[in-house]
Amino acid sequence: MRAGASGPLRQWAIAHQIKVGDYLGARDFVPVGQAHIMADTESLGAAGVEWLERWARLPADERTVRIPTITDPRGTDFAQAARLKQQRWMLDLERRAIAAFEALGVLMTDTCINYQTIMPPVRGEHMAYGDTGVVIYSNSVCGARSNFEGGPSALSAGLTGRTPRYGYHLDERRMATLLVELAWTPRELSDWGALGGVVGRLAGDYWQVPALVGLERVPSADEMKHFGAALASFGSVALFHMIGVTPEAMRLEDVVPGGVSLKTHDVGEADIRALQARYAKDIAAVDVVVFSAPQLSLVEMQMLAAMLEGRHAAIPLLAVTSPQVKPDCDRMGLTARIEGAGGTVLSGMCFYQSYAREIAEANGWSRLATNSAKLTNILGGYGYRPVLLSMERCVSAACAGGKLT
Amino acid sequence: MSGEIFYAAAGMGRKVQARALVASDGFSARYDLDRIRGVFSRPEHKLAGESYRDRVLVLDAAKGGVATAWMLYEMASRGVMPAALVLNRVNPIMVQGAALADFTMISGFDVDITKAIPASVEVEIDPNAEPPFIHVL
Repeated sequence: MRAGASGPLRQWAIAHQIKVGDYLGARDFVPVGQAHIMADTESLGAAGVEWLERWARLPADERTVRIPTITDPRGTDFAQAARLKQQRWMLDLERRAIAAFEALGVLMTDTCINYQTIMPPVRGEHMAYGDTGVVIYSNSVCGARSNFEGGPSALSAGLTGRTPRYGYHLDERRMATLLVELAWTPRELSDWGALGGVVGRLAGDYWQVPALVGLERVPSADEMKHFGAALASFGSVALFHMIGVTPEAMRLEDVVPGGVSLKTHDVGEADIRALQARYAKDIAAVDVVVFSAPQLSLVEMQMLAAMLEGRHAAIPLLAVTSPQVKPDCDRMGLTARIEGAGGTVLSGMCFYQSYAREIAEANGWSRLATNSAKLTNILGGYGYRPVLLSMERCVSAACAGGKLT
Repeated sequence: MSGEIFYAAAGMGRKVQARALVASDGFSARYDLDRIRGVFSRPEHKLAGESYRDRVLVLDAAKGGVATAWMLYEMASRGVMPAALVLNRVNPIMVQGAALADFTMISGFDVDITKAIPASVEVEIDPNAEPPFIHVL
């Protein structure tokens, strides 16, 4: 492969992996079961799409991935692009990227909740996952083993069937590095996300592994999803443990070896409220309400439909889900209920990966309400003034013409 | 301060010389930058409003999501990008992105590099030296 006998694409892929592995101290490679590629066109740009298209023109045996390789959300929902006021060039670039990935044998799943909808990883299974939320959930809740694999590296893993063995593929990296003692257990999904934000700021970087103690109950999959996505977003963290809950940490001593003393942080409700309050400062009304990042599960879509019952959104209310969940929402009437109440259901995209700056300008959006702490953390850089509220308060704001109560 | 050399644990890319832009803050192409204008755009970032074009960014840690892996390549294609990145701590995404874009980066120091390098000084980086280093000129 390294000498080019498997074609120039696989030759590039293995060279890329060696370069990355050398930098990060990998001694060898580990076979992986799946790859998951983040490659929206806002990130790729025209240069990235052209780079993919060059490889897509190779003969089939030289360009096709060797393991199941799936995709993160795309930069649009073609059915709703006009409603978002996305421009034609954005859609053209998306179509070109999709065609290139399909030529490479990639399955266009377009989801960041593949652990809820496609094929969840098994404990101990090595993966090459993109999307930080996918990695942290798979590592922590499922006990799988993956580093953050950006698009080029995830594609490389798909092509070679392996990835450099460093970081969270190694037992020793999976031990806790800090303890978080919780005095309060969140209730709302937005509170779980805010807790992830608080812990992420305490952790601070990719190589930290927080272990949480003191939870009063086992979180649901959606609660874990919001907590993990925010923890990864605020802190660049890829693995956490919840003592007595997550599979590698049934007991504290499973992740904190005897004799090791870790820095301990106390976190309570006041810390979560303080993070939320900082975003809400000086915002009395919003222009748009967005539920996205991560994509909504079927259960979240049902919650949203129920909250909108008998009400009507007077400002844009966007609910973003996966292409796997959307048909179920259509079949079960959830899409009709949400859209009948003035909302818009979008599929296969993610709000912040969909030219967030350009659609803000096109639609006159600046102030945005969401129940996703991850989205709140990201959108400041795109010129938004985001506010983090519960799903219920977001719905109330949408139905009150944007006014926050 | 002039003449000081700080050695890194790892490096990649080409030798560069440029003016430093220093802050005790993180780096994420998606979260922190307006990549079209070439400025730090996240209001909370300590370099908010500053142009990063052709500067050696000396920052604390790589942050945020996986998009940076593509974005460095896209930024390089338009020529609106930093000259190099010098970090206390990397995450894999920064390494993967730098590898794709053939971007100069060094990381891992015995000191807090954001406190060691004065703001706006001219620096030289050799990522291929053994060990890689940043030299205050």
